[in-house]
Amino acid sequence: MTGRNLITPAKNTWCPGCGNFSLQFALKSVLGELEQSGTSLDDVVLVTGIGCHAKMADYLNINSFYSIHGRTIPAAIGIKLANPRLKVICCAGDGDCYAEGLDHLIFAAKRNADITVIIHNNRVYGLTTGQYTPTSPLGFRGRSTPDGTTELPINPLVLMLASGATFVARGYTRKMEQLRSLVKQGLLHRGFSFIDVLQICATYNNMTDYYNEHVYNLKDHDTSGFETALIKAREWDYNGDDRIALGLFYQQVMPTYEDRVFAHPPDNTDRQKRIEEILQEKM
Amino acid sequence: MNDISVLIGGKAGDGINSAGLTIAHLFNHLGYRVYMYFDYPSLIKGGHNFAIVRASEHKIGAHRETADFLLALNNDTIDVHTGMMRPDTEIIYDAGNATRATGTPVPVSGILIEENAPLIMGNSAIIGAFAKTAGIQWDVIEEVFSRHLPKEAAKNLSVARKAYDVAQTKRVVPVIGPGHLPVITGNEAMGLGLIHGGLDAYISYPMTPTSNLLHFLAEQALHVPITVVHPENEIGVIIMALGFAYAGKKAAVGTSGGGFCLMTEGLSFAGQSEIPVVIVVGQRTGPSTGLPTYTGQSELHFVLHAGQGEFPRLIVAPGDAEESYVWSSLAVQLAWKYQIAAIILGDKTLNEGTYSFDRKELEGYRPDPEIPGEELVNGPAYGRYRLTGSGVSPPAFPGTPDTVVKITSYTHDETGLSTEDAGISVIMAEKRMKKGARLFDEIDRLGAVRTYGDRSSPVALLAWGSNKGVACEVAGLLGLRVIQPIVLSPFPLRQMKEALSGVKRLVSVEDNMDGQLGSLLASRGITVDNQVLKYDGRPFSVGELRGKVMEVLK
Repeated sequence: MTGRNLITPAKNTWCPGCGNFSLQFALKSVLGELEQSGTSLDDVVLVTGIGCHAKMADYLNINSFYSIHGRTIPAAIGIKLANPRLKVICCAGDGDCYAEGLDHLIFAAKRNADITVIIHNNRVYGLTTGQYTPTSPLGFRGRSTPDGTTELPINPLVLMLASGATFVARGYTRKMEQLRSLVKQGLLHRGFSFIDVLQICATYNNMTDYYNEHVYNLKDHDTSGFETALIKAREWDYNGDDRIALGLFYQQVMPTYEDRVFAHPPDNTDRQKRIEEILQEKM
Repeated sequence: MNDISVLIGGKAGDGINSAGLTIAHLFNHLGYRVYMYFDYPSLIKGGHNFAIVRASEHKIGAHRETADFLLALNNDTIDVHTGMMRPDTEIIYDAGNATRATGTPVPVSGILIEENAPLIMGNSAIIGAFAKTAGIQWDVIEEVFSRHLPKEAAKNLSVARKAYDVAQTKRVVPVIGPGHLPVITGNEAMGLGLIHGGLDAYISYPMTPTSNLLHFLAEQALHVPITVVHPENEIGVIIMALGFAYAGKKAAVGTSGGGFCLMTEGLSFAGQSEIPVVIVVGQRTGPSTGLPTYTGQSELHFVLHAGQGEFPRLIVAPGDAEESYVWSSLAVQLAWKYQIAAIILGDKTLNEGTYSFDRKELEGYRPDPEIPGEELVNGPAYGRYRLTGSGVSPPAFPGTPDTVVKITSYTHDETGLSTEDAGISVIMAEKRMKKGARLFDEIDRLGAVRTYGDRSSPVALLAWGSNKGVACEVAGLLGLRVIQPIVLSPFPLRQMKEALSGVKRLVSVEDNMDGQLGSLLASRGITVDNQVLKYDGRPFSVGELRGKVMEVLK
């Protein structure tokens, strides 16, 4: 289907000023570009978790798998294994993917599954009305931590590098051109693409001014070097007041999970014939 | 009637399971129906393992409490199983290791040294001596070893021959027929059934007693086009299966109670999103880790009610290898047809038990053809949850030209967009239940409740799952009727009432403490008069159940 309206009739319920609008726009325009360069949108599947981010499944008029909280990635991998022709995108939240579903994220990177994971990282639970997430800074005062959190945030970029991700990037919802470019590069990357997107939550964690002051674009950065990527990824620990690098940190071309899973196709024995063979062997 | 029981025991790592299987094949080649129970603790080396192999002229699915032959690779086998010995039990033992035994000694270590054979081949020596004691012709051993020992059959045969030559024939097991049948485990039967039903993908995290189903299908994936995946945990397992099914591939998962706990969110998601999935749950003794390698039937209520919300599900509990095959195939087909979750409820006794597999029992199980009148509609107007007369919406899969396929865990409209509309919520809840009603009608035509024994007896044993075998045998001895529901959801009430016609006294037999099938029946207005319950992790032997049934009938 070409030239389809990429927006569904579903009523949009994101708060005014929500960072999700930027991600929706970025996705929509990248999908449009991909379609123009010959990718059929019939072959694209969007998988979302549960949270504000996940409404993307209702709003974008493409194939979608609106999963449960934390469970984007196993579904995405199942879809990709079932039909490797499909381009599978996961939109997941930080609570969704770094808390509830962290195990799946690490395994997707470890496998180098050919899917793209975009984390709508607003560093707060929005839909459950303002609790801390795995990337909220130490001392974050949320509704479950009125005195401030007592634990440090995780650094998802470092985690993904350590887990074997072959495309690691960070974007920001207020840097649209770069965001679009990162999403597009991620979708075109063969292997596991991970994009952590700093997204402001207009209602519970509006960090626009803070991010605007701290972000800068990676320049003259060697994306093929694991060590240099790691150094850049550690520059800001999602807690302190350091500068926050944006852009592509690391990219490496490696065999994908699907390449390996399907490296040895079965000899395609007829099912009934195989059943008879086994029963014969067992006599 | 010829009915032979052989116990072979040794320590974990002695190859007791495969030795038992070899003995089962010897009997199979003499024309007997066989059954094997394998008992092992949860460890890799050491500890006491034993297998009870039984051979009979008739179909069997249970062990006896005494042994005609006792094969001891160590002293534990003698010490632990004194209760199984009768004065005429033939004891064949490893002279070096089972020093407290009396009977036929086998100089195992000497034979292994002479043949320069590894320790694991000690069980071939014991089998050779057993075969001679039982008067089994050498050519039968030769054939069984060459057919069923994948590695070094010739050396195993030399070891067995040495022991065969030193033993004396004492109790001849007669040849009763030329015909022999496939000998398979419940897990293998389920695997074959899943393949037959059209399975495209099997996803599982290892857990006793279904790990061997994962291993079996992983082997089959070298031949038939199925994808077998072992992911990070059972949550990943079931969600991955739903991903496969959303993209058009029939998927099944396998686990036990503990893994199924993690799958329940996915089960409920399958119910809401109407994505088909088959879940094999092999029960073992709980709660929690419990007795990991022992049996139980305490997950019936769990699988009946697992998952938040209300949605139709198919639950089948096969009772032997043939039923495992047939109902696993049906589970795939019906899950797909009605876009529901189907649970195959096994137990350790069934999943890891070994049975003769008689294809003659497979007749008459054909699901209805596809639901008529619900035509596949692709294109821009497609709605994944289109309302239809049957409640079943025509499926389409991503990659279909001009077609947007949206599934969701939220309450949704016909196109798969989330909604909180009260009216649509009701319509969609009723749509899902409509599928359940349709499934119920189909189950009603499929022989979901079976009866055996004296069908005119006013006393009936009510058994499910692997207890089918032992209940049938006890009923045969006592002249009783047996009623076995195979489908437990949707509950086949009409067939159950028909099976109960003329029954004055209903005695349930279950491997749990609550009498879970009994209370399921009670919720349908059927009263169980007596309960015979066992919850020590071990299956009933024929004599044990016979005694308990006689006691309650006194």
